This record gives sequence, C-alpha cells and structure tokens, in this order.
Amino acid sequence: MTRQKCKGARDLLPKDTETFRYIEDIFRRYCLSWGYQEVRTPTLEYLYLFTAAGTLTPNMLGKVYSFLDWDGWSGERVVLRPDGTIPVARLYIENLSQQEIARLFYVTNVFAFEDTGKENRERWQYGVELIGSDKPASDVELILLAIEILRNLGINDAQIQLSHTGVLKALLNELNLNPDEETRLLDQILDGNWQVLTKAKPINSEIGRLISLFLDLRGKTSGFLENLKALPQIPVALKPALDNFSEIASFLDALGCNYQIDITSTRGFEYYTGLSFQFSVKGEKVGSGGRYDNLIPLLGGKNTPACGFALYVDPLANLIQPQAKQKTGQGILVRYDKMTPASAKTSFQLAQSLRQAGYVTELDFSGRRSDWRWIIAIQEKPPSFLVIDQARNQKKEASSITDAIKMVGNSA
Amino acid sequence: MDYVRIALPKGRLLSATACLLKETELEFKDYIQDTRAYRLKSTKFPYLSAKIFQEKDIPIQVAVGNYDLGICSLDWVEELLAKYLTSALLKVADLEYGKGNLYLAASRYGSISSPRELSTGQYSWRIVTEYPNLAEITALNLRLRRFRIFPVWGAAEVYPPENADLALLWAKDESEIRAQSLIPLKTLLSSNAFLIANQESWQTKNVSQVIAYFSKGLEMTNKPWLKIKPDLVKSSNSFRPDFNEEKVWLALPDGHQQTPTLEFLNKTDLKLQGYSEDNLNRRPLPNLDWVNVKVIRPQDMPLQVANGNFDLAITGKDWLLDHLCRFPSSPVTELADLGFGQVKVVAVVSQNLPVTNIGQLQQVQDSKASPLRVASEYINIADKYLRDNHISRYKLIPTWGASEAFLPEDADLLIENTQTGKTLAKHNLKIMETILQSTACLIGNKNSLESSKKKRLASMVKIFRRAVESK
Repeated sequence: MTRQKCKGARDLLPKDTETFRYIEDIFRRYCLSWGYQEVRTPTLEYLYLFTAAGTLTPNMLGKVYSFLDWDGWSGERVVLRPDGTIPVARLYIENLSQQEIARLFYVTNVFAFEDTGKENRERWQYGVELIGSDKPASDVELILLAIEILRNLGINDAQIQLSHTGVLKALLNELNLNPDEETRLLDQILDGNWQVLTKAKPINSEIGRLISLFLDLRGKTSGFLENLKALPQIPVALKPALDNFSEIASFLDALGCNYQIDITSTRGFEYYTGLSFQFSVKGEKVGSGGRYDNLIPLLGGKNTPACGFALYVDPLANLIQPQAKQKTGQGILVRYDKMTPASAKTSFQLAQSLRQAGYVTELDFSGRRSDWRWIIAIQEKPPSFLVIDQARNQKKEASSITDAIKMVGNSA
Repeated sequence: MDYVRIALPKGRLLSATACLLKETELEFKDYIQDTRAYRLKSTKFPYLSAKIFQEKDIPIQVAVGNYDLGICSLDWVEELLAKYLTSALLKVADLEYGKGNLYLAASRYGSISSPRELSTGQYSWRIVTEYPNLAEITALNLRLRRFRIFPVWGAAEVYPPENADLALLWAKDESEIRAQSLIPLKTLLSSNAFLIANQESWQTKNVSQVIAYFSKGLEMTNKPWLKIKPDLVKSSNSFRPDFNEEKVWLALPDGHQQTPTLEFLNKTDLKLQGYSEDNLNRRPLPNLDWVNVKVIRPQDMPLQVANGNFDLAITGKDWLLDHLCRFPSSPVTELADLGFGQVKVVAVVSQNLPVTNIGQLQQVQDSKASPLRVASEYINIADKYLRDNHISRYKLIPTWGASEAFLPEDADLLIENTQTGKTLAKHNLKIMETILQSTACLIGNKNSLESSKKKRLASMVKIFRRAVESK
C-alpha cells in the first residue's frame, strides 16, 4: 500500500489520543486550580508577528511554514503557528490588556520544518503564560506549577535547569562586539552552539576568565550565584540580572526545590529576557520556559512583564502510563443478527439503557468477536436476550431489558 | 558508459557555454544563439544528449532527475535551495564564466543607504525580485520587522524608488548596479556559471567521462570562453524620480507585446518618447505631465496594480486571469479590451498520446503510479484547470518560457499560449482544449478608481477606450 500521509505529519491513533487526553486533563485540572484560564489562538498568524528582532532566531524563522493566503496579493505572508507564546501575547494585547494580571494556558500544535521527514513537523505542547507580573515569585510560581503537573503525571524525577538570559546578555555585552555581531553570537548560542562564546572570549583576560566561571561550572543553590556576585572583577552591568537570578534561586531553596544552575541550558527563543528554565527526564527535555518582559511591547503592546512555560507532549507521552487503561473488558457489546426494524429498535433501546446505567456500550451488526467482557445478543424469539459473560464463560437468558441490565450488574 | 542527459542554458550564458563545450570536445549541434531547436545531439558522443532551457528552469529540472547534469548560474541554484534545502542537487564545479553577484539594492533617490536602516520601524518594505526565496531569507536574516516580496519576471531594477523600496537583483558588478541609479546595500552571493548534477545520477551512474572533459577545460591555460562578453547588457538608467502622489502611474509591456502596444498608442492622445523596440528606455517620457510611465514585464502587472504600485497597466487577459486564479479577492479589474495581442491559452499534449480531452488523460493517468506532470508559465490557471477537472494527483512544474520543450520527456501536459498553433504542431504537440481567448487589456485597481486620482484615471481610461472604438 502506498502511504498517503504527508512527510513529517503524524496520525494520533486511539491509544495515542488516550495518552494525550490523559496528560491534557491533568494539565488543565492543575492550571484551572491555580487560577489560570484556557485560551485558543488561530493556526494562521501573520508572519511579521514572528519576524521582529527579539522574537524567534533566524534559524527558527528559516523553518516556518509561511505562504501567501488567497487574499495575499499584498505580499503579506501568513504562517502556520511556529510558537505558542507569541500568539498568546498578541491575544493578550488585543483583548485582555486592561487586566492587570492575566493567567492563561493553552493546548496547541506548533509547526516547524524538519528536513529528514522522520521527526514530526507538527508538535503539540501545553503552555502556560503569566502576564503582568515582574516579581520573582511569578517565575517561581510557574516552576512549581510545572513540577506539580509533572508529579501528578507520575514523573517525580524531573531535573530543573536554570539559566538567565539577562545574565547571558550582560556577559555578551562585556565582549564589546558591534550590535550585529552580538545578535549573531546570541542567535548561535540560542541555537545551542555554545562553543562560539568560548571562541569569542578573549584569552587571559578578566572577561575571559569570568565567562569560564559562568559557563564551565554548574551551581546547585543560590549560594553559587552569591559567590559569583562577590567576585572582584564582576562588572556593574551584570549585577541587576545576577540579583534577580539569585533572588529567584533563594525562593526555590526556601521551598526545598532542587535545581541545577547551568547558563548554557537556555535555548531557542530570542524573546527571553530574564530567568529561563527547562525540565528534563533521563536526559530528555520535556518542557521549558522563561521570562519575556520585552515581547509584549515589541509586538506593539504596553510595557508588560510576562513569563511562561510549555510542556512538550511527545516526550511526555513516552514516559507516561495512563491509568485509564483498564477500560478494556468493562464494556458491553450489543449484538443482533436479524436486521428488522423491531430488532434495531430493541438494540438501540437496550444500548441506551445500558449507557444510562453507566456502561460503555457498543453495537455490533456483523457478529464479530469482541474484547468487551459482556455480550448481549438480541434473539428473535423469547426469552429475548442472551447475556454472555466472557470473563466467567457464562451464558444466561433474560426476558426484558431490565432483567438483562440486572444480570450484568450482579455479575460485575 | 551510461547515457547522460544535460540541461543547457538559453540566454545570457549561451555563447560562453557553447564555447566551453566546443573547446572541450563536448560540442552540441545547433547550440547557438536564437536556435529553434530544443533537443540537441552531441557531435561526438552517442551517449550524450542535451536540452535547452531557460536558465531558471535548469536547477529544478536537474533536481527532479529529468537531467543528470546541468549548467546554470549559481544564483538560480541558491534560489531553489533557499526554499527547498533538501533538493537532490550537487554543485559539481565552478565554471568561472558569467561572473556576477546578487545584490540587495535601494534607489539612490530613496531614503535608505544601509541595511541597518531596514530593521527599525513599522514600515512594510516592498521588495521586488526574480529571487523570492532568497529575498525572504534575506529579509528574515536582516530582521526586517515587516516586508512584502513582489516576485517579478524581470526588470526589477526599474521599480525603485517610486514603485518599490528595495530590489534584489543580479548584476555583473557594483558599477552596473550604480548605473541603474541604485545603491548596493548588501552583496548576497557571487555567482558564476556552475556545473550541477542530480544527486541520484551521481550516486548511481557513471558520468565520469563527461566530467573529465569539463575538468580538462578548467585546467586549460587559455580559456577563450572567459573572454566572451555576456549577450545581454542592461542599459543604464538615469532619470529623475517622481514622488508626486497625484500622478497616474501607467505600466507598459516589454517583449512581444511592445510593438503592438506601440502601434496602439500611436492612435491615442498619449505619445511617448523612448518606447521603441530598438532603444528601450524603461522610463519613457509621456506628453501628458500628469502621467508617469514605466516599462515592465506584462506578467508582473496585475500584482503591481493590485498593490497600488501602479494605477493602470497594459497586459494580457491571460496574466490577469492567472493573477485572479491565485488571488480571487484582488482589486484588479479589466477596464478596456484593447483588441490586439490575440493568443489562446491551451491545454497541450504530445501527438503520440492517444487522448483528445482531459477526461481521457485522467484515465491514462489513473493507470500510472506517478502523478501527472504539468508544465506551465501560468501556474495558477493550470492549478485551477486541474482542480476543476478533478485531477487527483498532479505536479506543477513552473516554467519561464520555452515550455513546449518540456513535452513529452519532462511533462505530460502543458498549459501554454499560442497564436496560430504552428509552433506546437512543429514540436509534435496537439491542442486538447482551449482554456482562454486572450487579448491585450487595460487593467486598473478598483480602489484607486475611487481615490483622489479618480478624475485623472477616468481621463486616461477614456483615452484608451476612444482609440479602441475608433478602429
């Protein structure tokens, strides 16, 4: 058979969807209980929303699905949403900007070209945005919310890595590059190429040594950041970002939350300005987030601080055993052999009554085998119903719908 | 030795390419300027054949595997790879001739003098180019906040500053750019003629003998093909820009449509200085001081009029329809049928194919596993024609002229224009269906007809209509 599915696209089969829904339900439940509200944004957005400096890196922009719409004679391109945060920021600016604080969450797909065609070009993520607060406690709230969701999914061993884009940008600034070079360097770093920074740093200089201290070591408490702050050669420009980083870390210390400070862990998003964090399980990244105080003004909104995170559905789905799996065997198959108006009526009525009594009920028109525990066959002559319990290998006859339901209830 | 097919360029690179091939014993019969032949045979080697294409078609033809090797300028290879980076193309050798660069340029009369000025502000930059894929990447890398790319078939240099902000275009060197009253802002790449290969052919076939001849040529001390002057030189372009927003901008066609358009204009009250074929000025001077005229490609006019870069244009109904098939809500509309320039847009297949209509073609196609290959200059008309006829699987191959060469090897169906059908018959092709009877027409923008210029536009339209009626 020739495959007709688009390269890089993905079908979600019943078992995948079940897992996705399971994760989604837990995600939604905890977001709602923390006071977040669900939103959905359109799949199509204007390209220019994503092209401003300080939004996506050129590497990410080079993989967007952009095209001209049917009314695109003006040359204005549209894209399949390549990122979840930017559309939500736009939605906030256009609809909710009178709110002092907006706590929003969403379940969405994002699209990015991937050239082997073996990986998914459409990926699902669960995102959370806390818009309107610049307090370190809001960064902490997001980390704790993400951890709570992961725990309730049965993931207790997620590693948290913290970085700080403000610290990173201040460090780059110390290299005294021209603005173009600085942007290019930052983009390469965000695409995961940290070696460029090691190469760019001057050897045997204060700043060179300082960069090594930041890049080469991993801290485990706010003490690490305090140590860096206390260094004699620390430039003044680095202080505010370091203060902010250290304050957040000390909150997490107080809450008994373990983490690793790794400046090199930040990835992908040019719009981050402050703390950035990622969650990984057994080395695989399952989520990430950060603060993006400049994004909303960049998109034309008021000066509004914000932060957010997203959990990645695909790696999570591989880690999770949904508890709702034992469904198999608990349902009922209603079968009738003779196709007459009367038997059709009886079978639909019986199925309706069974569903009202709380059973998953499926109809069968062709006499197939079934994994459901019970089969109720409708017979032409009374007694009208044959109740088969496949688990106990028993057969009983019933004369009315009520009797049949009672029989199932008794044996369950 | 495996059978080798090579795609050779028409136009600018032809003379130097022909010289290189001759010197390296890979000469092809009839590979000369203005040749009418498309399929060429090697004078020496029976295993070697060639076909002539527009340069822009060559990377696509080689990438899809219709040709093992090809020669074209690197800019067209990069234009393909900019959008389709997984294309099965190998850049085999730099052939050193046809030197030039791709530039991003602004008008010397405009307000832009460096690329850094582009990344600020909310303004949506208008970029005209024959290289839309490279233009998009360039705009993204320059971090332009907003931009609109207007792909054109040619004459990109004439748009700035009034009708576009930037042009991305090929030129021999910076001085050629400056001669067009443009300032180069950024050199995107330098591009020579390249020998390219299909990746699959390279991995599976033995083409070494042909490559060896090219290598021999590249090692020669005396390379006469490097001394050949390019066949096409852009005329320099000096003018005073006109930013008066109350003037009417009229676009007139170059190419085949120029002579009949000139004949038509001679019957109107609009007289032009510099719109004759022998000495083309892309900014001819009109006798009416409230009109500005530029000469551009007729293919590009509907999009330009839709965007208000021009108010009126003389183009063909074929190009208007192609535009409207792509953008049904476009504000472009036909204001007058000018009557001349009659062509038919037709669906064409090979004489050898036993089908007489699209339904039969569909049936023949259903028995094959591969999709129908459709070549056309009118990709949007072709796309709609195929959709309307419920052709389930097809591949559109955009072409830039000389499309009749595609059948039967490189396409199954052709959507093409023809005046008499004679050229088609000569190439052993037959017309299956006429899709459109096209003539030249005056087009305008519904919105600008209601603007402050509406009186002037109405007078202009009247001038044209009067000439039509006087016939």
